[in-house]
Amino acid sequence: MSILHIVNKSPYERNSFDSCLRMAKKGAGLLLIEDGIYAAQDSGDAHGNLKTATDRLTVYALQPDVIARGMNDKIDAAVTLIDYDGFVKLTTEYDNVQSWL
Amino acid sequence: MAKKFLYINRKAPHGTVYALESLEVVLIAAAFEQDVSLAFIDDGVYQLMRNQDTSQIGVKNFTPTYRALGDYEVNKIYVERESLEARGLSQDDLMPLTWEDEDEDWAEKDSIHVISSQEMADILEQQDVILNF
Repeated sequence: MSILHIVNKSPYERNSFDSCLRMAKKGAGLLLIEDGIYAAQDSGDAHGNLKTATDRLTVYALQPDVIARGMNDKIDAAVTLIDYDGFVKLTTEYDNVQSWL
Repeated sequence: MAKKFLYINRKAPHGTVYALESLEVVLIAAAFEQDVSLAFIDDGVYQLMRNQDTSQIGVKNFTPTYRALGDYEVNKIYVERESLEARGLSQDDLMPLTWEDEDEDWAEKDSIHVISSQEMADILEQQDVILNF
C-alpha cells in the first residue's frame, strides 16, 4: 500500500507540508502543486524539510504551476517536474491519494 | 486632500485571488491621485518574481501590470528583506520596476526598495490608511 501525498499550500504560510512529512511513509510519493511548489525550492528556510522529503519519498512538482510562479530556475534537482498527463498517471500508479488541504 | 495609503501584500500570487485584487484596488487609488505605497511581506514577495508565465494554468497573467505602476506615479514599493532572505531570494530575483522622475528630466529610477523589518515598521507608522491583502 503506497500513498501519493499532494500538498498545495506554501510551506511558509501553512503547516500542510510539515504535517504531510510527519505522516508520509518511506517510499510514498509527494506531489507539490499550486502554492505547494514553493516547498520544492533549492534554497530558503523550507529547504531543510525538502531534503528530509527527498531522502525518503519520491518528490514531484507540477511544472505548469512552477512556470506560472516564475520558479523554474529555483527547483531542487532532486524534484521531478511533471505535466498534467504525468499528474493523472501518478494517481493511477499509487494505491491511494491524500490531499493535505 | 491626498491621504497616505499603504497596501500590504502577504500572499503568493496565483494560489488565491488576493494578489490580483490588491493590484486592482491599488490602481483605483492611484487614479484618484492618492499617495500610494505598496509593501510586500512574507509570501507576498513571490508576487514580484521575474518571468511568471501562467499560460499553462488557465488564469490571467496579471504580473506585467506591476510594471505599469510607475506610470500611475506608484513608485514607493517596499519589499521586506527578511522575507526575501527566508525564501532564499534577493532583489535580482524580482522583476525590475521603475518610474520616470518628471523633476529630473524624466530620469528612470527604481521603484523597488528592499528594506528591513525595522524600516517597514516606520513606513507603517507614517500611513493614514492601511489595507491588507
